[in-house]
Amino acid sequence: MDKTINQKAWFLVLPVFLVVAFSAVLPLMTVVNYSMQDTFGNNQFFWNGVGWFKELLDPSTDLGGRFLASLGRNLFFSAVILAIEVPLGIVVALSMPREGWSVAACLVILALPLLIPWNVVGTIWQIFGRPDIGLLGYVLNHLGFNYNYVSNDVDAWVTVIVMDVWHWTSLVALLCYAGLKSIPDAYYQAAQIDGASRWAVFKAIQLPKMNRVLLIAVLLRFMDSFMIYTEPFVVTGGGPGNSTTFVSIELVKIALGQFDLGKAAALSLVYNLIILIVCWVFYTVMTNAGSERPVKEGAA
Amino acid sequence: MHSIPGRRLIMALFLIFLLLPIYWLVNMSFKTNAEIVSTMTLWPHTPTLQHYRRIFTDESWYSGYINSLEYVVINTVISIAVALPAAYAFSRYRFLGDKHLFFWLLSNRMAPAAVYALPFFNLYSAIGLFDTPWAVALAHCIFNVPLAVWILEGFVSGVPREIDETAFLDGYSFPRFFIKILVPLIASGIGVAAFFCFMFSWVELLLARTLTSVQAKPIAAIMTRTVSAAGMDWGLLAAAGVLTIIPGALVIWFVRNYIARGFALGRV
Repeated sequence: MDKTINQKAWFLVLPVFLVVAFSAVLPLMTVVNYSMQDTFGNNQFFWNGVGWFKELLDPSTDLGGRFLASLGRNLFFSAVILAIEVPLGIVVALSMPREGWSVAACLVILALPLLIPWNVVGTIWQIFGRPDIGLLGYVLNHLGFNYNYVSNDVDAWVTVIVMDVWHWTSLVALLCYAGLKSIPDAYYQAAQIDGASRWAVFKAIQLPKMNRVLLIAVLLRFMDSFMIYTEPFVVTGGGPGNSTTFVSIELVKIALGQFDLGKAAALSLVYNLIILIVCWVFYTVMTNAGSERPVKEGAA
Repeated sequence: MHSIPGRRLIMALFLIFLLLPIYWLVNMSFKTNAEIVSTMTLWPHTPTLQHYRRIFTDESWYSGYINSLEYVVINTVISIAVALPAAYAFSRYRFLGDKHLFFWLLSNRMAPAAVYALPFFNLYSAIGLFDTPWAVALAHCIFNVPLAVWILEGFVSGVPREIDETAFLDGYSFPRFFIKILVPLIASGIGVAAFFCFMFSWVELLLARTLTSVQAKPIAAIMTRTVSAAGMDWGLLAAAGVLTIIPGALVIWFVRNYIARGFALGRV
């Protein structure tokens, strides 16, 4: 699609620019400002240069240690949920019924967890996993497992991961399903004539056609799991100890719990920078994919 | 040929996995607290509406829903209103810095809310909007405006350019073309974008909790604070949770074919 060059288009974009600048640039400037200063309360600030950043990136200090530990936990968490959700999402997408009312029913049920407020997702699993009143905790404990997410690190991790799988696998499945649906029947007919096996069809037709949506799914899931706050906060509160304290939880603890502005701001900037880099990859993928997108697909 | 062997079983198992925790929440919301704590029952043996009655009659509870709806609606209206012209501009024109702007918008959609919690707190306190629905509505614009622009841009690009050109040849002015022709053509797209703005604002807790204290406290914050304060009223908590799921569950049928698209920012 050719677009005409028209600088007046800026007037159409201006409202968006102003709204987002007000709610993004202004606060970010404050963060940059804080990250270079230290405060002893009373609104007295002292110049601290890059001191906070040095401390942040040095694991031997308290701040650096906490940051790196939470970053490590977060990356591990993202890796685990991606390793589970992506294959599971593909399998679920391939298991979708072909036609009839059951398609709509499956879509609705799949979408349900995506639309539940995040703190309620936490509440649901907080209740569901409790050994005394929750079905999952009760059954596990009666099967002989000593499962308690409040006191045991591993159980807390399992709960948080299962919760994320419950919450977000549908998204991967729905994206893959959208990719699968765009494959014309002719491909399958050709494969049938060639006598291709089920696996060959998957590898040669379905997987390549799902490539783009899968990439989007992986990046979205990575980004959202990297920023996860509410669900583990409600279920475990970052504990037991610090075992499920992810970067966002650590950041909120420092910023709003201890009101340690300088440290929190420095952490925010480094955190944001990581997100920005991943985001750039995401953008490149999306816009490149967009140029291959057939025009018809955009129609409402 | 589309599907794999044993697909019905896999699908059924997965759907049960999704529904079971939700069922448990609904189940608990109809039980008395005595039944919840004392016995393990798979369905309420002495069903009660007391928790729902309490939420609908106690102002500190139902005001939470009203507060939440208030900022969600304000946010959705602002987001769609500013995003519509921008989506048209991005779809039809090239202009100085368009690609950078588009990326900048996306990067805000992806920015962690935790980073903004503290500066937002300071900003909205300074301009006197703290603890009003406007503070939360404006704060949520940071991810909803970019989302709306990205989704709507996809829908506007689906409208053939010939329609614009014909309208302008027929003597339509730009605002008239926009309202009379373009908006009706992408009505379903606006519906989808509004739905997602509504949803993402509805599910967000961190910013909403940080920017309110008493007057505009959202239901999500009331739920967490009640839990930590006076022991555990599990039945009440469950009932409050069930009520927050209802808005999503009500509209889900109408947007079922657009869910993937909305989450992928209109790019599927």
